[in-house]
Order: sequence, then C-alpha cells, then structure tokens
Amino acid sequence: MDVRRFNWPLWVGLLLTLAGGFSFLLVFVWIPATRDFPWANLLIFLVAAVLLFVGIRRGFASARRRPTLSKIVTSLVALFSFAFIALFIFSVFVFSRWLPPSTGAPHVGQKAPEFTLKDTTGRDVSLTQLLSEPVDGTPPKSVLLVFYRGYW
Amino acid sequence: MEKSRDSLKAAGVRAVAISIDSPEESRKLAQEQGYTFTILSDPNAEVIQRYDLVHAGAGESGKDIARPAEFLIDSSGTVRWVNLTENYMVRARPEQVLEAAKSIK
Repeated sequence: MDVRRFNWPLWVGLLLTLAGGFSFLLVFVWIPATRDFPWANLLIFLVAAVLLFVGIRRGFASARRRPTLSKIVTSLVALFSFAFIALFIFSVFVFSRWLPPSTGAPHVGQKAPEFTLKDTTGRDVSLTQLLSEPVDGTPPKSVLLVFYRGYW
Repeated sequence: MEKSRDSLKAAGVRAVAISIDSPEESRKLAQEQGYTFTILSDPNAEVIQRYDLVHAGAGESGKDIARPAEFLIDSSGTVRWVNLTENYMVRARPEQVLEAAKSIK
C-alpha cells in the first residue's frame, strides 16, 4: 500500500460518518424497525470507524510527503468523525431516555380525566364530545389520545 | 398515524393528537402533512399536567411540553390501553393500538 497517495480511507470514513447520521434523520427514522433501534446506522458507523482507523494509520505514516500537515488534517477529520458518531449514539441511546417519571398518568381501568381544548379551527372540543360525536355517521367505539412533543 | 387511518377507522377508533402547539401551528402542520385526524392545542400544558405527562423545560426556549404517550379510551371514558414510552424516539405502533381496540365493543 502506497502511503504517499491520497488518503482515501480517511475521507470515505468521514463521508460515511456524515451519511450514517443524516440518513437516520432523512430515511431510517420513518421506518419503525430502524427508528426504535438504528442498527443500519450503527453498521454504517462501524464501517466508517474501520476506514477512519486505516486512514489514521496512513495519515501518521512517516513516508508521507507533508507529514506535519497530514497529521493535522488526519487528526481533525478523525476527531470530528468520532465526535459525530459519539453525539449520535448519545442522542439516540441516552438523551432520548431522559424523560421524567410519570406515576400519575391514568392507568388501565381508570376514568380518563375530562378536558376541553381548542382544535385547529379554534372550536372547543371536550373528551366527552370526542367519545360520543359520530365520525361519518357512526359513533366511535374508542378514542386514541396521542400526546406528542410538538412541531418545533 | 395518518397511514393507518383507514384501519383505525374500521376498528371504530377516533384518533386525536394533543400538544402545546397553538391551533394555528397545528393547522399548518396538518395542512403540510395532509393530516385529517383531530389535533388539539394545550398551549399552557394544563391537560398534559392533568395526565401527568409534563416534560418540564424540554421544549423550545425551556417551555414545558408533553412526553409522548398514547391512551385508548372506550366510550364510557375508561382507559383501556396505555403506552408510556421510556424513550421518546420509540412510539406505539398502529398494530398495538388495533390489537387493543379489538377488545372494545
């Protein structure tokens, strides 16, 4: 292997790292199997990490044409890539679990607390209404309440 | 949720979404995404508080928002199925809801 040539493993490693992160947001988050556990992205990161290690070895080889510059560039690219991977893993596996405990949420068998809130047209809607008002002519058998974080 | 609208409807389930977003923001979201289910606005997180689902300070500029949660409520107002996720990226699947809805007459 000629270490003086263009250090492609390093740069492909960087590209794969970015691809691994952004593909999660753009593609895999929409597929339940890869959203709940992002195995595809972890696989991409694994390949990226291997390439980065090869790239680091190449970048630090003494036979390179401009050894100092090569070492600086290699270090920066590798550092950025590994920080990116670490941030991704942190947000997916640690940060997203930082939820406050909810012990007072209604349990199965309890009455759901009544409420009245405005819908998108500004009309007041109560839970009782939701449970009884017909949908396309037939009253609903049940109401699915989905609380979500909001579109921000 | 929108994708499973027909199967939910067939099971007699009315889907309702709740967040702190204002009616205007929710209307925009619904238009952009083509959502047809009811979206309710709880700007001061009062109902979210009543259901003990406040994730304090987690929203934009430290606002209190809801932690993700799903409740299936029968026509008598009784909770029949609950999903409180431990990880806000992991949500209930439509199949789980449909399974729970089957037992409600």
